[in-house]
Amino acid sequence: MELIDLTVIQALAGMRSGELSSEELTRAYLARIERLDRGLVQAYLTVTPELALEQARRADARRRAGEDAPLLGVPMALKDLTLTKNVRTTCGSKMLEEFVPIVDATITTRLYDAGAVLLGKLNMDEFAMGSSTENSAYFPTRNPWGDLTRVPGGSSGGSAAALAARLATFTIGSDTGGSIRQPAALCGVVGFKPTYGRVSRYGLVAFASSLDQFGPFTADVSDCALITQVISGHDPLDSTSLDAPVPSYMSELGADLKGVRIGVPTEYFVDGMEGGVERAVHAALDVLRSLGADVEEVSLPHTDYGLTSYYLIAPAECSANLARYDGVKYGYASPDAESMWDSYYKTRGHGFGAEVKRRIMLGTYALSSGYYDAFYLKAQKVRTLIKQDFDRAFERYDALVAPTSPTVAFKLGEKVDDPLAMYLNDVCTIPVSMAGLPGLSVPCGLSEDLPVGLQVIGKPLAEGTVLRVAHAYEQAAGWAGLRPELSH
Amino acid sequence: MSISREEVEHVAHLARLGLSEEEKTRLQRQLSQILETMRAIDQVDTTTIPPTAQVIPLDTIMREDVARPSAPVDDILRNAPSHEAGFFRVPPVLETGDRDL
Repeated sequence: MELIDLTVIQALAGMRSGELSSEELTRAYLARIERLDRGLVQAYLTVTPELALEQARRADARRRAGEDAPLLGVPMALKDLTLTKNVRTTCGSKMLEEFVPIVDATITTRLYDAGAVLLGKLNMDEFAMGSSTENSAYFPTRNPWGDLTRVPGGSSGGSAAALAARLATFTIGSDTGGSIRQPAALCGVVGFKPTYGRVSRYGLVAFASSLDQFGPFTADVSDCALITQVISGHDPLDSTSLDAPVPSYMSELGADLKGVRIGVPTEYFVDGMEGGVERAVHAALDVLRSLGADVEEVSLPHTDYGLTSYYLIAPAECSANLARYDGVKYGYASPDAESMWDSYYKTRGHGFGAEVKRRIMLGTYALSSGYYDAFYLKAQKVRTLIKQDFDRAFERYDALVAPTSPTVAFKLGEKVDDPLAMYLNDVCTIPVSMAGLPGLSVPCGLSEDLPVGLQVIGKPLAEGTVLRVAHAYEQAAGWAGLRPELSH
Repeated sequence: MSISREEVEHVAHLARLGLSEEEKTRLQRQLSQILETMRAIDQVDTTTIPPTAQVIPLDTIMREDVARPSAPVDDILRNAPSHEAGFFRVPPVLETGDRDL
């Protein structure tokens, strides 16, 4: 096995036994990034070799001194909306092309404290708005599956593609309406959005504050449990972070599924779902049954309204959050403005890309006088109904299982000019976000030689149950370790 | 539903978003399509349903009102597009003939 194929847990075992150093591992990834990233996968916006090697050497020195830490010496990469002190953070936008944070996000601090090594920052749809990473202001990322002709999903497409191409041991992304789970499904890796509030959002460049959440991309569910453990927990710097104890997620793994009640929401098998995706998900349900779970269908009647209410609420929050880009405090400023007012129009008109402008317009419209009640307030009431659907289902079930995405990875360019077609990619992930629930995507096979994802959904703060179901499935189904062939 | 060009211009003004004529034309068409689709929520009866702004069971978090050190001014100004003598530098604010005043 090559170094770059090691999971987080295998890499840690190698370093703990002294067979392997963080510097060796870090150099192996940096060499692979050099060879496969720019011009091919294009997952990285910024690579930080000097910082990575410095952190790796420090990790090795700590180990030699007899120290250990949960991720000591493990090379990782972060979605480029994660603040990293002294490392450029663009959010995939020209607006922040030269922005160098003066603080670390809480998640960055936690990962550094756990000993992780930063390889670089990962590509994304601008301000996390998109489902294909084609809305990056810099370049699209290519899915390592499908001869580099397909999208990796989005908005955390760089995080998913980097992991699938083994350009990091694990990566971090963020999910607002599916931006971790959908790219994880399309790239054949594990991606987890924990409960809203489980992971601090301090230092996550804001898109829609009632929905945004950080989470990990990993090669398997055990790695996912370990990273979730490190990043979870209360943070006084984020007043929406939950002050609830973080249980030991690793100890949830390995339990069987006897007597576990699993609901399968029928509405998630939407019109237009690909046959191969549906077959892979149904085969996964058979695996869950064979493990002793009670699997039955359940109805979440307001599912159809998830997408429609989300595309009013998220743009509304976006239009408020992105008002901060005024060309004064940080970020791009139009060089040819004649007055302060002129500067606002030109700075925002030139600094934002097409999708971001579309969402700002949509959100401003939904919040504007005369339309607030009919659009924004109405959507918030529908959000209540969506949450109530889940509350009722979780009276009877321990977890819900559904497809993550109705399709496999589509071709680059295929949907980029059709915003509504692009929005439909998130139809199976959005309701979960609207209810703030933990949702994980785990690979469940291939359709047309492209990965399919199975979504496991839990009650609020039931990360442990979600990981347990996903882990049992993964162990029985044997899709972990599925790798694309990168013939370069 | 269809959005007029004047509505596009009004919303862009509210958002302080400079748009080219081409962008206005495209957004007029796209926003009309998108809002038509999102209007599907009209079919849901919500007369007795309260709105949900956020899903977590938290009230406003209070903390002691104690002064803490803030980031050094030089650090903050490092990311400013323009600054002078410890201040952000901006284009003239008070100009005559501005429709926003």
